[in-house]
Amino acid sequence: MTAIAVSGLVKNFGRTRALDRLDLTVRTGEVHGFLGPNGAGKTTTVRILLGLLRRDAGQVTVLGGDPWRDTVTLHRRLAYVPGEVNLWPNLTGGEVIDLLGRLRGGLDESRRAELLERFALDPTKRCRAYSKGNRQKVALVAAFASNVELYLLDEPTSGLDPLMEAVFQDVVRELRVAGRTVLLSSHILSEVEALCDRVTIVRAGRAAESGTFDELRHLTRTTVVVETARPVDGLGRLPGVHDLVLDGRRARFDVDPDGLGRVLEKLAVADVRTLTSSPPTLEELFLRHYGDDIAWPRQDLAGVR
Amino acid sequence: MNGLTGTVPLTRLALRRDRVNLPVWLLGLAGFTGATTAMSRAGFPTNEDLLQATRLMATSPGMRLTGLASGASVGGYAMIRDYVTLAVLAALMSTFAMVRHTRQSEETGRAEVVGAAVVGRHAELAAALIFTVAADVVLAALIGLAMVANGQPAAGSFTAGAAVGAAGLAFAGVAAVAGQLASSSRGASGLSAAVLGVAFLTSGVGNMLGRADPSGLRVDSAWPVWLSPIGWGQQMRPFGGDHWWPGLLSLAALFAGVAAAALLTARRDVGHGMLPQRRGHDRAGRLLHGPAGLAWRLQRGAFAGWAVGMLGFGLVLGAVIGQMTELTGAARDWYARLGGSGQMLDAYRASMAQMAGMAVAIYVVQVLLRMRHEEADGPLEPVLATAVSRWRWVASHVLVALSGAIVLLLLFAVGMGLAAGAVLGDPYGQTSTLLRAGLVQLPGTLVVAAIVVAAVGLLPRAAAAVSWTLLMAAVLLGPLFGPTLRLPQWAQDLSPFTHIPKAPAAPVTAAAVLALVCIAAVLAAIGTAVLRRRNLALPT
Repeated sequence: MTAIAVSGLVKNFGRTRALDRLDLTVRTGEVHGFLGPNGAGKTTTVRILLGLLRRDAGQVTVLGGDPWRDTVTLHRRLAYVPGEVNLWPNLTGGEVIDLLGRLRGGLDESRRAELLERFALDPTKRCRAYSKGNRQKVALVAAFASNVELYLLDEPTSGLDPLMEAVFQDVVRELRVAGRTVLLSSHILSEVEALCDRVTIVRAGRAAESGTFDELRHLTRTTVVVETARPVDGLGRLPGVHDLVLDGRRARFDVDPDGLGRVLEKLAVADVRTLTSSPPTLEELFLRHYGDDIAWPRQDLAGVR
Repeated sequence: MNGLTGTVPLTRLALRRDRVNLPVWLLGLAGFTGATTAMSRAGFPTNEDLLQATRLMATSPGMRLTGLASGASVGGYAMIRDYVTLAVLAALMSTFAMVRHTRQSEETGRAEVVGAAVVGRHAELAAALIFTVAADVVLAALIGLAMVANGQPAAGSFTAGAAVGAAGLAFAGVAAVAGQLASSSRGASGLSAAVLGVAFLTSGVGNMLGRADPSGLRVDSAWPVWLSPIGWGQQMRPFGGDHWWPGLLSLAALFAGVAAAALLTARRDVGHGMLPQRRGHDRAGRLLHGPAGLAWRLQRGAFAGWAVGMLGFGLVLGAVIGQMTELTGAARDWYARLGGSGQMLDAYRASMAQMAGMAVAIYVVQVLLRMRHEEADGPLEPVLATAVSRWRWVASHVLVALSGAIVLLLLFAVGMGLAAGAVLGDPYGQTSTLLRAGLVQLPGTLVVAAIVVAAVGLLPRAAAAVSWTLLMAAVLLGPLFGPTLRLPQWAQDLSPFTHIPKAPAAPVTAAAVLALVCIAAVLAAIGTAVLRRRNLALPT
């Protein structure tokens, strides 16, 4: 069963090609990460999935329907959190949550109260008085308080503090347990890694990779910088170790998750003085794996979405 | 670095941002002055006509509410009729400019970016002030030139310009304070507009309570006018003495406002106002249900203001109906032509109903352009991501706007009918006649509403400019100005208002009404069809 099927999707804004034959498949019941740097075309894709923008070419199916033609019937079955939440300055957060729920066709009252509590949101404040993070919470509560099959979340945690980010992750996990489908667009690798069953990486309007994190193992390599009392031998011959740079008793390398155990055994013998290990940032990842050009940071500066 | 560092580049930034907006305001107001002066000149072929018309303006309390007579002259007559309009528009121009370059920058976060650069604390206020004062001075000069170009004496013309500019300056001061007090740019504009409303009423009442001098051509105002910046401008008496000293009061208001704003800037956090934000409801009320409920919520503030205005407008115009039968000369001809009857009472009622119809058209444009703001500012995105179709969204806004328009016309008719009934007797008959005359105006409103829908659908980015321009064209080509400006008939026929039956003076013909309704339906259908098929122009 597929909740979202996109193939060969093309979208142009004037001369700019925002989406260039993008493919994306989201299975029913999964949390799917839609990962890419700013300007890669994530928001454009989501807006096409919502029928807010028209596609120029390609096939798009959402919950078995055409998002441009069957807009209203599909929208009863999905909820959306925009990346940039713009609301009516003179309405309160509580009013907006109720309004959006009613416009969608219903709201789970007890769930609404529970979510307000969990996200620590004051519903009596007017939207103009909310910070960016609080506006984001209004949109999150409005979306999660509705009982729908599909949730489209476009960079939903921008502006949330770490505590609220944790609440958000809990809620998304509960949705997966309840069998709902979630498309989570993000430019934060760790967030996607923590929540998603499968991930599609989009770059310059095209899907660069797609699969489970196991399949994309090379994406989750840990970077290790280590200094030892004695020189380490044979580090480069261990399975799963890549891009080793040795400088006397200092070493720097990337390692696959299942190679990590043997690497640590080896290092322990050499008596570790200092060790830092870090997951790759999305930027490093892109530079390392698709580093054939530096086009995307430029697009980022231009603010193309 | 002192508090004013960076003022010059910020002033340049303001000029650059308003390079289209500002010339449109300036040339529009100067053009309006030129047109209204030309109309006055053409409207009074003999001195006797001019004396007659001025005497009517000076001796009728209702007329004094909207214009102050300072003696009989062509330029003076133009000022009686249009000074208040010009002053209100100049005040709005100043208000919008001040708010845009202080408060609105803050809201969009631009001020933080700029404020983090080498810019003093007061630089933004100073730049906005320089920009706005310069705009008002240029406006004063252009208005003076427009009147001189139409053959008026230079002294009076430039006093007239200065009187308009002075109102603008005073409201630059008001807006400077409002921009610091309110907690949003919309709030700041609203606060200034409220002050403007009070200023308008105070000067109007002051003139109404004043007395015409023995010649019957000049009004000595009562004391309330001295409380109002519009009153100060009127007391400069363009073409009737040309006093410049009341303008000093406007300058004093400007300085006081700016000083207060500068003090407040130093005490206030970026993004917050001095007036506290009230808490609201934690649940949506029953009315906030569906797209129509949302449209009503977004339009109701404007509606409330307009409702009070239209009722008051009706009451005043009804109260002066008794003087209409005594009219002679050019003024009589004007009403007869506008009202479509030589029978003065009917002509007057018909022409006032037409004016109400045009006023309501302004309301409709104002509230329907909200659709464009919803799209450009972003709140439309979550709405259309729910089970609301684009068609239903447009229909809701149109339905609420037109319902509002109907109620406004009814309020006007009831107000005028009751007041006229109090003067002439038979309030019931007067009211029912005016109710019918008021409702006959609806097809014109429909066409205007359809124009806005078409503009929002076809030309989203230019929708506001296109809608207001077409409305202004429709009013200028219409029965209020077209015949007086001696425009060719085909040009007058372009205005929907030209085709509205002149009830109660003339019979209501179904053909004209049907034609207008059909045109409106076609325009609205095209606009909606395009809107359903195009990409939304959402913020990125």
